[in-house]
Amino acid sequence: MSPSSPSRSGKDRPWLFRTYSGHSSAEASNELYRTNLARGQTGLSVAFDLPTQTGYDADHPLARGEVGKVGVPIGHLDDMQSLFEGIPLDRMNTSMTINATAAWLLALYVATAERQGADSRLLQGTTQNDIIKEYLSRGTYVFPPEPSLRLITDMVAYTVDELPKWNPMNVCSYHLQEAGATPVQEIAYSMANAIAVLDSARARKDVPDEALPRIFGRLSFFLNAGIRFVEEVCKARAMTALWDELGRERYGVEDPKLRRFRYGVQVNSLGLTEAQPENNVIRIVLEALGVTLSKDARCRALQLPAWNEALGLPRPWDQQWSLRIQQILAYETDLLEYGDLFEGSKVVEARTTELLTEARAELERVLEMGGAVAAVENAYMKQRLVESHTARLHGIESGETTVVGVNDFIEGAESPLTAGDEAIMKVDEAAERAQIERLEAFRRKRNAKEVETALANLRDAVKGSANVMPASIACAHAGVTTGEWSDTLRAVFGEYRAPTGVVVREPESASEATEKVRQRVHALSEKLGRPLKILVGKPGLDGHSNGAEQIAVRARDVGMEVVYEGIRLTPEEIVQSARDEGVHVIGLSILSGSHGVLVVDVLGGLREAGLADLPVVVGGIIPDEDAAKLREAGVRRVYTPKDFDMNRIMDEIADLVGEAHEAG
Amino acid sequence: MIPPVGDRGEAADLAERLGAGDRAAISEALNLVDDRRPDRRARALALLDGLERGAGGAARIGLTGAPGAGKSTLLDALVRTWRGRGETVGVIAVDPSSQRTGGALLGDRIRVRAGARDPGVFFRSMAARDRLGGLSDASRAGMVVLASVFDRVVVETVGVGQSESDVAGLVDTLVFVAQPGAGDLLQFMKAGVLELPDVFVVNKADLGAVAERTRGELEAGLGLGERGAGAWTPPVKLVSARDGAGIDELADALDAHRRSLEATGELARRRRRGRDAFVEASVAAEYGRFGLAALGGREALRRRVDADPDASAFALADALGREIEEALRKRGSGSA
Ligand code: B12
Ligand SMILES: Nc1nc2c(ncn2[C@@H]2O[C@H](COP(=O)(O)OP(=O)(O)OP(=O)(O)O)[C@@H](O)[C@H]2O)c(=O)[nH]1
Ligand SMILES: [Mg+2]
Repeated sequence: MSPSSPSRSGKDRPWLFRTYSGHSSAEASNELYRTNLARGQTGLSVAFDLPTQTGYDADHPLARGEVGKVGVPIGHLDDMQSLFEGIPLDRMNTSMTINATAAWLLALYVATAERQGADSRLLQGTTQNDIIKEYLSRGTYVFPPEPSLRLITDMVAYTVDELPKWNPMNVCSYHLQEAGATPVQEIAYSMANAIAVLDSARARKDVPDEALPRIFGRLSFFLNAGIRFVEEVCKARAMTALWDELGRERYGVEDPKLRRFRYGVQVNSLGLTEAQPENNVIRIVLEALGVTLSKDARCRALQLPAWNEALGLPRPWDQQWSLRIQQILAYETDLLEYGDLFEGSKVVEARTTELLTEARAELERVLEMGGAVAAVENAYMKQRLVESHTARLHGIESGETTVVGVNDFIEGAESPLTAGDEAIMKVDEAAERAQIERLEAFRRKRNAKEVETALANLRDAVKGSANVMPASIACAHAGVTTGEWSDTLRAVFGEYRAPTGVVVREPESASEATEKVRQRVHALSEKLGRPLKILVGKPGLDGHSNGAEQIAVRARDVGMEVVYEGIRLTPEEIVQSARDEGVHVIGLSILSGSHGVLVVDVLGGLREAGLADLPVVVGGIIPDEDAAKLREAGVRRVYTPKDFDMNRIMDEIADLVGEAHEAG
Repeated sequence: MIPPVGDRGEAADLAERLGAGDRAAISEALNLVDDRRPDRRARALALLDGLERGAGGAARIGLTGAPGAGKSTLLDALVRTWRGRGETVGVIAVDPSSQRTGGALLGDRIRVRAGARDPGVFFRSMAARDRLGGLSDASRAGMVVLASVFDRVVVETVGVGQSESDVAGLVDTLVFVAQPGAGDLLQFMKAGVLELPDVFVVNKADLGAVAERTRGELEAGLGLGERGAGAWTPPVKLVSARDGAGIDELADALDAHRRSLEATGELARRRRRGRDAFVEASVAAEYGRFGLAALGGREALRRRVDADPDASAFALADALGREIEEALRKRGSGSA
């Protein structure tokens, strides 16, 4: 028996163990962080709530129902200070999943460190700060691509001298896989993304040429690792090689240390199932192997989701179970005692080369159309992702891809692990109210003059070409709020809506099941007098678009006319579209947990508009208990991830429209 | 003379609500005119007949151009400008339908945000249905409904060449939106896009020289074309829908075209031509060559249309259709 210790000699140092977390309030999250650190977690990974990520104060109408839900709300410096109370920032490594408002959250972090008396040159950590993948997958973008790129470049330029240990940006391929990307797409699009940032840094006058290699060296990646873990080993090796090549050839980085491919990982969640959720633990373990087995391409930091991922937010115990996986892998097994296991493996080498070749070709295609920004604006990359995701789901529906407990090996003994409503984290409903009160108190005690001056300076910096960071840090100290900082930038940059990507090619041929539903839809359309028209709506700040996109595409493929307008609509906008567009049915998709408030608002709006008879269905992460409440409120059907057969869903929607027609 | 059609009572009720600007009525009317059930068609006909003969004031504008040229973004910018000038706007956006499944993804609203909460803006997307890339049958009907409520009505369709002529028959002012670098003069001429549009727009001026070049190509091409002397000379406007540059000037050019149509009497002639073309096309589409023959051929059809300058397109098409059915029935029973 040997005690586990991270400093055992003869062994490699393990990667950083992180748990992506945060909820309710800064105080509650601080408590959680301190507990996690005490249990052996070695770095922090902050999840912010959606209002913070999209730049709204807790009392903004769009924040309704979202405050403190999927992460911690940070509205001002007091919140940030409470979040890190008792955690010395000069000795912590903090990863912040923040993008559109990254410059602001980093400013708050620096200001907090300054108030703690810490030397900001010692600050270590990462701001995710990757806007391209927000348009493609994650959905918390605010500004158009060009000003967003400028903000990223400002942060890169600022940190390279002022916060030399900070990773200003994490190039994310993680979220691409979560939106359905193949390994080749993951590699190609994330590299295109990194190139966009590096090219923009290179073009800046305030970035001296000699700084470029250092900037290259500061860029890190955030990868996914799926269940096909052998391929994932190869993917990580391919990216390591490609990054090295880019550094050498495109950016002339001579020092090999600066060309090292440094990456963190969250393993795949998209494949974690609602049915037989206990199986997810095994999936998570295997996925962790994909990014740890190969020493030459091992991750620097790892986050594992929890077994109940598809049910709702994890509780502390669920997260602890996932942390234990990492600890066992690093400290019990002999993994860290060996060199690279795959060196000289022909099989791994061959697959790696294949991935590299295909990824280079796809990268070339994107660069030819003008690079990542152009390929966002013309929807090229987004459409490819939607297509890949459609293919993935076809595989599951047809049974070509086995998912244990979902489309095969379904029968089994009852699980003693409580699944369902008791097995997830419940966020205190009072958190929103409390956060708003805190915000109001904060606004009262600050000096209005100072705030005004700080915001005016920020506006000048944003309008001109000065780096936004110093003005933002001054705003943080002056007591500016998240909403005020963001509004100032919105006023100058404008807001953006990204292409939805759903206008994709039809599959060559449809399955028999799809064909059957289509005939039914055509017959019903005859009865209705015009083609069945459906509105697929995403109310609120929730950016989970996969489900809505795939439902929209399938509805088209079964012959419906589909109105899908993308993410982040208000309930009023949805009601107005439903009426103006003359749809027969509304389908709402909500995965962020705010269905309670938002669905009820849509139903209320419909009643007011005289459309109480319009059938409404809802899909997403909806616990059973809530589904019952929604049905009581008038929702006709509720769908969750276990309803993977989309033809059946379409058939039922046709039922509802048919019934409503008969009744009307 | 065309006999009165359909169920005037209900149609009158809907027309009255439309007149009062009732938003729900707009939507109901659009649903009704799209409805293919026989009883609804009769009602729709009554409504459309009344609306078409009553309405005239609204400016009807068509926006066409290649996919991705920036039509929707431009429309968004124009809507803002018009709203700023106190005008109300109705929009019909036509997207292609799948030929195989009949399904369609109507995603165009994604960029048109100007009217999200504004009662002065109305947006309806439509699938092109059986027409390739062009207009659905319901487009004209939708146009007429919206024209009875809003100061301006805009139809957006995708396409180069083919769809212009479809849209041209429907609108007073046809705008072609060109993508910078989309082609040289020869390609524009080949695609036949130089003939019909009243206003050309080169969007994405922010791309710089390439947009300037495209403007040059278009201007050169227009110089070669033959348009009646003294008639309207189509301007080529360089704009950036994204940055808002040139949008005010474009809006002014659209107004100028409209004034010129009115001053020369071309507006009435144009609408008349559009009506005639619609009647001909819909009779041909519905009854084919046999149907035309039953009326005595295309020339006879034209004479019939000419003889009734005041009837609405819908009533004319309907009356002629019934005549054809009658003739075919007689012939059918004669030979049986
Ligand atoms: C993929 C994913 C992501 C992707 C989303 C990519 C994208 N563009 O969609 C990425 C990585 C970006 C992401 C980010 C986040 N995520 Co996430 N994500 C998931 C995950 C793993 C899968 C969801 C999914 O896409 N499934 C595949 C699709 C096809 O399935 P589906 O949407 O469920 O749709 C099916 C049915 O539900 C139904 N359906 C759904 N919608 C509709 C609509 C209609 C009309 C109909 C008829 C049917 C229907 O039919 C579909 C077919 O079967 C879930 C957990 C899980 N395994 O479900 C978490 C999950 C939804 N995410 C979660 C969170 C918290 C986040 C973040 C907010 C974290 C943070 N603090 O930043 C971020 C931010 C996202 C944002 N902007 O809102 C939580 C939500 C918690 C809650 N509800 O209480 C979950 C549940 C994970 C967890 N347990 O913590 N996520
Ligand atoms: N640089 C630049 N890009 C623009 C401008 N206007 C539109 N775009 C971009 O061009 C792309 C297409 O814009 P849309 O407005 O959807 O074009 P569209 O012609 O309506 O496209 P379809 O309806 O799909 O045919 C988007 O990425 C826009 O952001 C502009 O003035 N400048
Ligand atoms: Mg468009």
